[in-house]
Amino acid sequence: MLSIKEYQTVTSISGPLMMVEMVDAAKYGHIVDIELGDGSIRHGQILQVENDKVLVQVFEGTSGIDVEKSTVRFLAKPLELAVSPEILGRVFNGLGQPKDDGPAIIPTKRLDINGQPINPYARNYPNEFIQTGISTIDGLNPLVRGQKLPIFSGAGLPHDQITAQLARQASVLGHGEQFAVVFAAMGITFEAAQFFINDLHETGAIERSVMFVNLANDPAIERIATPRFALTCAEYLAFEQDMHVLVILNDMTNYCEALREISAARKEVPGRRGYPGYLYTDLATIYERSGRIKGKDGSITMVPVLTMPEDDKTHPVPDLTGYITEGQIILSRSLHRKAVSPPVDVLPSLSRLKDKGIGEGKTREDHADLYNQLYAGYARGKEAQELATIMGEAALSAEDKKYMTFANEFETRYISQGYYENRSVEDTLNLGWELLSMFDDSELKRIDVDLIKKYMPRFRNKN
Amino acid sequence: MSETRQGRVVKVAGPVVTADGMTGARMYDVVRVGKLNLIGEIVELHGDLASIQVYEETVGIGPGEPVIDTEAPLSVELGPGLIESIYDGIQRPLDLLVEAEGEFMSRGSAMPGLNRKKRWLFKPTIENGAEVSVGDIVGEVKEGPLLVHKIMVPVGVQGKVENLNEGEYTVIETIGVVKAADGSEIKLKLMQTWPVRNSRAVINRLAPNQLLITGQRVIDTFFPIAKGGTACVPGPFGTGKTVVQHQLAKWVDADVVVYVGCGERGNEMTDVLTEFPELKDPRSGEPLMKRSVLIANTSNMPVAAREASVYTGITIAEYFRDMGYVVALMADSTSRWAEAMREISTRLEEMPAEEGYPAYLGARIAAFYERAGRVNCCGKPKREGALSIIGAVSPPGGDLSDSVVQATLHVVKVFWSLMAKLAQQRHFPAIDWLTSYSFYKEYLANCFEDKDQADKMVALTIESMGLLEQESQLLEIVRLVGAEALSPTDRMALETSRSLREDYLHQNAFHKVDTYTSMEKQYELLGMIMYLHKQSLAAIAKGVSIEDIFKLPVREEIARAKYIPQEEIAKVVKIRETIDEQIGKCKS
Ligand SMILES: Nc1ncnc2c1ncn2[C@@H]1O[C@H](COP(=O)(O)OP(=O)(O)OP(=O)(O)O)[C@@H](O)[C@H]1O
Ligand SMILES: [Mg+2]
Repeated sequence: MLSIKEYQTVTSISGPLMMVEMVDAAKYGHIVDIELGDGSIRHGQILQVENDKVLVQVFEGTSGIDVEKSTVRFLAKPLELAVSPEILGRVFNGLGQPKDDGPAIIPTKRLDINGQPINPYARNYPNEFIQTGISTIDGLNPLVRGQKLPIFSGAGLPHDQITAQLARQASVLGHGEQFAVVFAAMGITFEAAQFFINDLHETGAIERSVMFVNLANDPAIERIATPRFALTCAEYLAFEQDMHVLVILNDMTNYCEALREISAARKEVPGRRGYPGYLYTDLATIYERSGRIKGKDGSITMVPVLTMPEDDKTHPVPDLTGYITEGQIILSRSLHRKAVSPPVDVLPSLSRLKDKGIGEGKTREDHADLYNQLYAGYARGKEAQELATIMGEAALSAEDKKYMTFANEFETRYISQGYYENRSVEDTLNLGWELLSMFDDSELKRIDVDLIKKYMPRFRNKN
Repeated sequence: MSETRQGRVVKVAGPVVTADGMTGARMYDVVRVGKLNLIGEIVELHGDLASIQVYEETVGIGPGEPVIDTEAPLSVELGPGLIESIYDGIQRPLDLLVEAEGEFMSRGSAMPGLNRKKRWLFKPTIENGAEVSVGDIVGEVKEGPLLVHKIMVPVGVQGKVENLNEGEYTVIETIGVVKAADGSEIKLKLMQTWPVRNSRAVINRLAPNQLLITGQRVIDTFFPIAKGGTACVPGPFGTGKTVVQHQLAKWVDADVVVYVGCGERGNEMTDVLTEFPELKDPRSGEPLMKRSVLIANTSNMPVAAREASVYTGITIAEYFRDMGYVVALMADSTSRWAEAMREISTRLEEMPAEEGYPAYLGARIAAFYERAGRVNCCGKPKREGALSIIGAVSPPGGDLSDSVVQATLHVVKVFWSLMAKLAQQRHFPAIDWLTSYSFYKEYLANCFEDKDQADKMVALTIESMGLLEQESQLLEIVRLVGAEALSPTDRMALETSRSLREDYLHQNAFHKVDTYTSMEKQYELLGMIMYLHKQSLAAIAKGVSIEDIFKLPVREEIARAKYIPQEEIAKVVKIRETIDEQIGKCKS
């Protein structure tokens, strides 16, 4: 082990960055402790080394740091998380330090929070259906173990309720097995974090949860490390402790803003809306840490949450997220206004791994045909809804009216279920059939004729 | 190797490391960086300072650590064993890395691209004593059930072949020697190497004249790609770029497919790895994996290796082309490659051009696509090879004015434009028929042996595209005044366009039958839809009501015709009889 070296050679400070000179043998990516004149300690990470000059990003921010009186200690290691099975049930701050009044973790090992990429050859394709109890997910956009499926939300939309519902209800079909939950809060409000934590307490899920909490009034730069701590913890639980882990990252937009702040301070050429050009790659090193690995029993399923500025899907944060994740669940402001809860915008939402997790032996043979039909019917019905708002209901053809009725029913009964109903996938599928029963069989072009005979209520009742 | 040049790290900024003491080093030399022995490549030289792009994560590297010049450019190993391999961006075999080092990528591991221990049965195809020079085929190795791997004389070798014997060899054993005029001898091996940034030489380039059949109806019928041609697939996220690339990798009638997963998802590579060994090539009946080479440098793997990955892929592809094969390369996504370039450029503090991309972005993209083509290959026997490139492009926000899209459109001959709107309507492939184009359309006729069929098909594509264009205008009118205001012929045009979209252009990649449609079946399906159109118009002219035409039960059969397996294609042909029958029964 290298001995720890100390320097008092801070030469400049600008924004969240600090320059230290005359440093010997600093290494890129390693961490430092900064002792201020008053004895308090801050933490930093080396962003660049050139000869004896070292550029450090300070997680807690630089305000109050004094060029003269500060001492910088080079710890000769990257940021690490101490792990042991006792980590479950604990709460940490955004820099991985215990925040509850529990005992110090006696580590079985320390892990570099940057992790290593999973060798693509070692991956196992995600294909085990997760029952979330939410119809718009289970029925239309099924989530599978090892998937990364973000929630694209907006300011004031109820993503916190949905993530809490997911954490409460998600289980693998047939196994009834519960997930361990790793929650990373980045810049969210105290209330939002507390809502989530209380919910876990009430259901007892807190015992199998780990929290990394950086709140809105906590240091912004710290947020760059927070999801990495959470994922390092998740990897440990999944691939060393054989657990199925659900990781919730909330809110990735705040994470990206912290990254933008560093990039601006470094005077890098800005990309779209000032975000750095490497935002895609940086996000990928977070999102791609989900998955399954051959020969390992555990898995990491990830639900990042992000708020779209101005509800704009083409904003760099949702855009680049969508380019990396395996689909997206989009929330709709207009459904939210109509008091549809959860207000999932079905048409632009998509789970790309849905097809591998459903069907006979997994959910039910009619699942794929059924969601195609529901989707098509709702798409048509929504058009009719829109037409009706423009031209008035009277202008609709009988056909259009029927589809509009369907869309309305679909929204109030299928999409809207509240945050505390845990629907089995069976119930979700049957509800789909019930809604479709307002159409003639010949209109259900996307469903195999035999399946209609088998599952349509009017035939089933005869059997 | 005691004389190796050794410098010292002076600066580390992300993936770029600067070293001093590098006098005499050459651009693009591969170096080993730091105590961890990371692999890098020199991308800039200033006096004795070298800037190095490092193919591995640089955390933990610092000034003072050694940098060793291997004095060789970044190269790939070419020879038996490429097929069925999966490599990272710098040709390290990912399967063997898992075995050696576990499920996570560790750093500093060098592993050769070709297996050193495996023996291959080599059969000479020329006599000892023959004069050979670059590109000449000296013998063959059967690599798997599909591919005859031709062993070619490497560049710089010329003379008389001696001691060339049939036998089982590893890729590094000597299979024979070439005696040059000056008496020097060069050993021939099954393996050769090639620097990835240089294209492999050809005698001359030829204009493409054959289509590369993909089995995807909207592509083959309307926007085909040629053997030796270039195409790009731009589109916002989730519109189907990867599915198009996977479909092509599965079904194109090429001898070899090189698939480069460049900065995309790990699970998509796993998907290929699990599916390809199971899927059968429609022509040979052998697993598709037996003709495929995979390069996987996913988004979370180091960016510098991502930058290299497309070059590794294209060099391997050229090598098979040189054997006289038809090769297709898919790169998903070239935007991630461009971003890797941008990242390195930024760290080199180069002057940025648009959107932060380096000024040479356009030149690099053009040079990459220029490596495609139909060519006369070097060497004897005389042979033709073709290499097609299909690149996905992922523009921010789906905005086609993006630099990478624009630079790509400058050079490629086929544009498959993916539309978010179509994808959201679940119309897949979401290739927009109004804005896409192909410069290879004229070769469509060459796909048919029967001249008459060829002419008919060409006419059909023109007619049906005409209808689709008309549809977009008619829909405007309908939006303003309602469908009732249209004439019966216009309403018929709308109805047939709908059928063209839903029953022909729409193709489900995940349906057992629908995933691939032969050229013959494309002809029959399209012919059937247009036949109904023609017969309907004739009936309308005779006074049959359009409502009756719309209600013909045969429409149901037409809608399901694409799911009729190839073996039962006669059933598709028979639908025309049903059309006649049902229209005949309509009262005028
Ligand atoms: N031909 C097709 N048939 C059926 N479904 C398709 C087809 N093409 C695309 N899809 C659907 O669209 C989804 C997204 O496609 P794909 O992954 O190819 O998008 P992409 O353009 O590569 O997105 P990204 O840029 O994020 O990688 C698929 O998961 C699949 O559900
Ligand atoms: Mg893709």
